[in-house]
Amino acid sequence: MALAGSILPSVKPKLSAQHINMVYTRDGASVPVLSDVNLDVANGEFLCIVGPSGCGKSTLLSMIGGFLAPTGGEIRIDGQVVSGPDPRRIFVFQERGVFPWLTVEGNIEFGLFRLSREERRRRVAHYINMVGLIGFERAYPAELSGGMKQRLEVARALAVNPDMLLLDEPFGALDSITRLTMRSELLRIWEKERNTIIFVTHDIDEAVQMADRVAVMSGRPARIQETVVIDIPHPRDISSARYLELRNGILEQLGLAHQI
Amino acid sequence: MRPKELNLRVRIRPIAFIAILLVLWQIATVRSRTHLLPGPWETVGGVADLVREGVLLKYVTASLFRVTWGFVLAAVLAIPAGLTIGWYPRLEMALNPLIQILRPISPLAWIPIAILWFGVGDLAAIFLIFLSCFLPLLLTAINAVHRVPAMYVNAGRNFGLSPVNLVFRVLYPAVLPQLITGLRITLGVAWIVVVAAEMIAVNSGLGFLIVDARNAGNRYDLVVAGMVLIGVIGLLLDQTMRTLERAKSMRWGYSED
Amino acid sequence: MKAQTMHTLERFALPLLAMVLMLALWEYSIRWTGTKVFPSPMAVEHGLGELLRKGLLWAYIADSLRRVALGFGAAVLAGIPAGLALGWYPAVNQVVNPALQMLRPISPIAWIPVAILLFGVGDATAVFLIFLSAFFPIVVGGVSGVANVPAIFRRAGRNFGLSGPQLLARVVFPAALPQLITGLRLALGIAWVVVVAAEMIAVDSGLGYLIIDARNSGKRYDLVVAAMLIIGLIGLAMDVCFRRLQAIPSVRWGFRSES
Repeated sequence: MALAGSILPSVKPKLSAQHINMVYTRDGASVPVLSDVNLDVANGEFLCIVGPSGCGKSTLLSMIGGFLAPTGGEIRIDGQVVSGPDPRRIFVFQERGVFPWLTVEGNIEFGLFRLSREERRRRVAHYINMVGLIGFERAYPAELSGGMKQRLEVARALAVNPDMLLLDEPFGALDSITRLTMRSELLRIWEKERNTIIFVTHDIDEAVQMADRVAVMSGRPARIQETVVIDIPHPRDISSARYLELRNGILEQLGLAHQI
Repeated sequence: MRPKELNLRVRIRPIAFIAILLVLWQIATVRSRTHLLPGPWETVGGVADLVREGVLLKYVTASLFRVTWGFVLAAVLAIPAGLTIGWYPRLEMALNPLIQILRPISPLAWIPIAILWFGVGDLAAIFLIFLSCFLPLLLTAINAVHRVPAMYVNAGRNFGLSPVNLVFRVLYPAVLPQLITGLRITLGVAWIVVVAAEMIAVNSGLGFLIVDARNAGNRYDLVVAGMVLIGVIGLLLDQTMRTLERAKSMRWGYSED
Repeated sequence: MKAQTMHTLERFALPLLAMVLMLALWEYSIRWTGTKVFPSPMAVEHGLGELLRKGLLWAYIADSLRRVALGFGAAVLAGIPAGLALGWYPAVNQVVNPALQMLRPISPIAWIPVAILLFGVGDATAVFLIFLSAFFPIVVGGVSGVANVPAIFRRAGRNFGLSGPQLLARVVFPAALPQLITGLRLALGIAWVVVVAAEMIAVDSGLGYLIIDARNSGKRYDLVVAAMLIIGLIGLAMDVCFRRLQAIPSVRWGFRSES
């Protein structure tokens, strides 16, 4: 039986995390956060990781991004062990990751310092257009709304054409209406760019609405309980029977009631 | 390496650094042409001299006495005034330019006036310290009122608090952490000013010691001893205020983001 | 529109009113106490005129400003790199900080006799004292600026492949700038206060010297007060300049609640 988290054995995974363990030591006591996590992600896939608060999904994402080293196991991307942050895998935080001292343009071209001026200008214009911030090129983040700042951060990430985007509850600080818009925005962008996306969220609806697969994590010490393949084509009807079936399945996995 | 050992090594380093500085100081003194500037050892001797002559305690007390009076007087007047001014925007609009002009005038520039009004002596020094503390404390209080989140005031009103209660149960606890920080910083200023005031306007105290030791015999070892003492006491004052700061705000909890 | 014009009117009328009241109070208390020595507002105004005519005023102002420029400039050149370095390398900070904390409370004024010993009476002493007093706030501003850079920004910088020096220049420095500027503003204020003190004691030109001299040679309190007012106004101008600086968009984000 294939381990929960692995995909079709014939497809070589973009990312492969094997037997990941993470133990925090604090004042002499050791707190296991992740325990034997195994996860494969295919190239161009949109994967969501869901789990209860504090279960370690952000920790896992940080490890994938190379900001944290696991206490056990290894993560390989394109066959190479992850040993540090890399522009090929850009992390997207909640909108507070945007640099307040740079304009919209300045932020987007932040990672492009190795390119020619021509190329930089082209890319900045392209991504400002793509995320819908035309007209705000010279604006500073303080003048933008939460949703706009989030889009700016996505544009900044995309501008360097990364292989992978790692998003850690990026829409958490937005109101629910903006969140809905942002979800379809992100999907629209993904369909054009086809990067591999790993998206961490505690919102199950969000996961089922967007992802190709959803990895469900358990509580601490966390492991991947189950991966659910979302086989509904986009655009997804969130009141369809199949959607509700999948969603309720995950809720049950997490031990949550779906009737309030 | 066991944690305890590591800790010791790490703690030694700053002490070692200071020791190196002292050695450099000693070398500089020995090699200097004038032979007037004292080295660390002579300074210690200077402190010992002061203690023996019974002068040390007297001068330190004098300086502290003036600081206390000037500082407390300023606090008692400036804080309520500042809170009021911060509360009423019209009042602030009217007085702000005046405050902004008076603020950069060094308290020392007031020295001739202080001597004119109070003669040479304690009162003049206290007046100067009062002046140097008043405006900064006023501004601290005004600023502190501004930073009280409107939420708190509205909640107070919502629960039907009378204006007096509003002040004591909402405003005062809300501004306290910032006031204490302001008091600490202003105390530092007061300590600096007392030294200057004593150099010019009085006949006792650590500031006076410094000029006197030089004028009456080029006793630079006493001068530097005085400087060291000033530094040490200043540091102690600051640390005391910081513990106060921590005690209060730990219980209260800063609402800074 | 009416509410706005009322508001603008208030902004100018109220302070004007307050100042006029102050001046009236001042003038009246002079008359009432019958003091012969303390100057009335009119006397101060005449005193100012006299200084301007004699041409001394500009020379003294230039002297004071020059000393501040030199001392403050030196403190900036030494203090900013020092502050940034100490903030960036906490290990170094841990070693150096206690020494700094001990030197800091020694009032620059207490350094005066030593300064005179080392540099004699004159410009160098004043500049040295100003340098000493401005240095520490700048360093503190730099250290806390760097320390308060949110970890997210550093992470993002590393994520985009910035090397150490690049990270420092393109992320840490802009992020630390607001607090650095606050430190600079504080330092300039202190420098302006110290120059007056230094000029009173250790040099023979400048606004501080004017105050002492005017009193000593003839009890010219009108000139004393005139000089005080000028000191205040110049200090105010410096502060206004800093406020302008703080409004520049690429640092304005760091000053959310300024009064």
